[in-house]
Amino acid sequence: MTEKIDIKGEKDMPAMAMSLGLMDWNKTGSWRNLRPVIDYEKCTRCMICWKFCPDACILIRDEEPVIDYDYCKGCLICAEECPRDAISVVKEE
Amino acid sequence: MKKVVMGNHALSYGAMLARAQVIAAYPITPQTEVVGFLSELCADKLLDAKFIKVESEHSAMAASIGASAVGARTFTATSAQGLALMHEMLHWAVGARTPVVLGNINRAMGPPWTIWTDQNDSLSQRDTGLIQYYCESNQEVLDTVIQAFKVSENERVLLPAMIVLDAFVLSHTSEVVDMPDQELVDKYLPRRKATYRVDPKDPHSFGNLTGPDRYYELRYKIERSMREAEGLIKEADEEFDKLFGRKYGLIETHQIEDAETILVASATVAGTARTVVDELRAKGEKIGLVRVRVFRPFPFQEIRKAIENAHRVMVIDRNISFGHSGIFYQEVKAAMYNQPRRPPIFGYIAGLGGRDVTPETIAEIIEDAGKRDRSEEDIIWIGLKP
Repeated sequence: MTEKIDIKGEKDMPAMAMSLGLMDWNKTGSWRNLRPVIDYEKCTRCMICWKFCPDACILIRDEEPVIDYDYCKGCLICAEECPRDAISVVKEE
Repeated sequence: MKKVVMGNHALSYGAMLARAQVIAAYPITPQTEVVGFLSELCADKLLDAKFIKVESEHSAMAASIGASAVGARTFTATSAQGLALMHEMLHWAVGARTPVVLGNINRAMGPPWTIWTDQNDSLSQRDTGLIQYYCESNQEVLDTVIQAFKVSENERVLLPAMIVLDAFVLSHTSEVVDMPDQELVDKYLPRRKATYRVDPKDPHSFGNLTGPDRYYELRYKIERSMREAEGLIKEADEEFDKLFGRKYGLIETHQIEDAETILVASATVAGTARTVVDELRAKGEKIGLVRVRVFRPFPFQEIRKAIENAHRVMVIDRNISFGHSGIFYQEVKAAMYNQPRRPPIFGYIAGLGGRDVTPETIAEIIEDAGKRDRSEEDIIWIGLKP
C-alpha cells in the first residue's frame, strides 16, 4: 500500500504524472450508485460473475466469489449474468 | 562535408547525427522516404538504433512514447492523414512529457486524395502542445532535428517537437547541405539523460488516473515549459551557431528596419517572398519580410516588435481554418490586438493543396494590399480560378 503523496501546489509536483495517480488510494468504488450483493444461500460458486466482471472486482476467497467494493463501480454485469439470480442490487446511500 | 540531399533525407541525416536510439514508423503513403532511408542507415550500421516497423501511425507514436519513457532518444516521421491518426498519441506524448522528435512533411488533407503540400495537417495539431518548427531549406531541416532534440530533452522543457517541411518543394527537392561533423554534434548534443524514466528497479505509475485536484497544475506546468522553450530554442540556436556557423531564430526578419510594408510567411513561401522583397527594394520600395520559424511556442514579443511600426502587414497562409481564416493570420492579428501600435493586417490564402506560390503570386498580394486602407475581409483568396 502506497500512501497518497502530499502535494500542496504545482511546485511540489513532477512535470509528468509520475506516481500522482495510484490505485492504492484511488478508490474508484466511490463512483458506485448501485451495489451488487451476493446471496450466498443461492450462490452455487459457478464463478460466472468472476469471469464476467470487467474490472476484476470479483475476488476468490476460500473458493467463494467476494466483491471488492473498494473498486467495484456498480456496472451490475455480475447481477445480469448470474444464472441463479443470486446477486441483488442495493441502492447506495 | 557538403552533400546533395533531399528534404526527406535531411530529416533522416538529422536523426542519424543526433544518434536517435529508437525509430518507430509506419512506412506506407502518406509517409515519405524519411523512415525508409533511416531503416537503410540502421541496416547498414551507420546508425545504431532500434527500428520498429509498426502497423499504423497511431502505433508509431505510441511506440515512440514508450521508447522515450525508458530514456531513449526517439524519432519518427509522418504526413497528413498519418499525422491525423497520431492525434490522440500526440496529446499523450505531451502529457507524458516524452521529448520525441517528429518530422512532418506538410501534405494537404484528403479527400480528395492528395500528396501535395499545405499546412492543414500540422496546424490541426496546434493545440496538442508539441513545439512546432517550420523550415525553409533542407539545411535548416537537418540542423533543426539536432537543435530540437537539445531543446525538447532539456528538463525545463520535456515536450515533443514537430519539424515541418513542405511536401515536394522541400521534401523531394535536392539541395546542397553542409553535413555537421559528428564529433561536434556529439559535443552539442550528448547522450540523453532522462529526468523521469520507467525503471523496473524503481516502480512508479505513469499518467494514471489523476483527479481535478492535480490535473490543473500539470497543465500549467506544460504551458510554463512551452514558455521556457522559447528562450531555450534561442539559446540552443546560438550555441549551434558557435559550433556550426548557422542560426535561424524564432522568427527571421529581412529588410524590416524602415519597412512600411511587411510580408509575414512561413516555410518555403518565405523563400519566394524574400526574392520578391529584394527585387522591390532594388526599385526603392520600403518592404520587408518576417518568416515565422517557430510557431509553438508562439514568439509574441519578436513578432510584435518586428511589425508594430509597419503601415500594412500581409500574412500569407498556405492553410485555412474553415469558417474563420488563415491560421498564421489569426495568430499574428491576435498578438497585436492589445498593443498600442497596431498596423492593419491583411490575411491572404494561397497555395492550398500544393498550388505553386510563385513570385507573381507574392507580387499580386502586395499589389492587392496596396489598394486597401484597412482589412475588411477576413480572407482574401489569391490565385483562385473563378
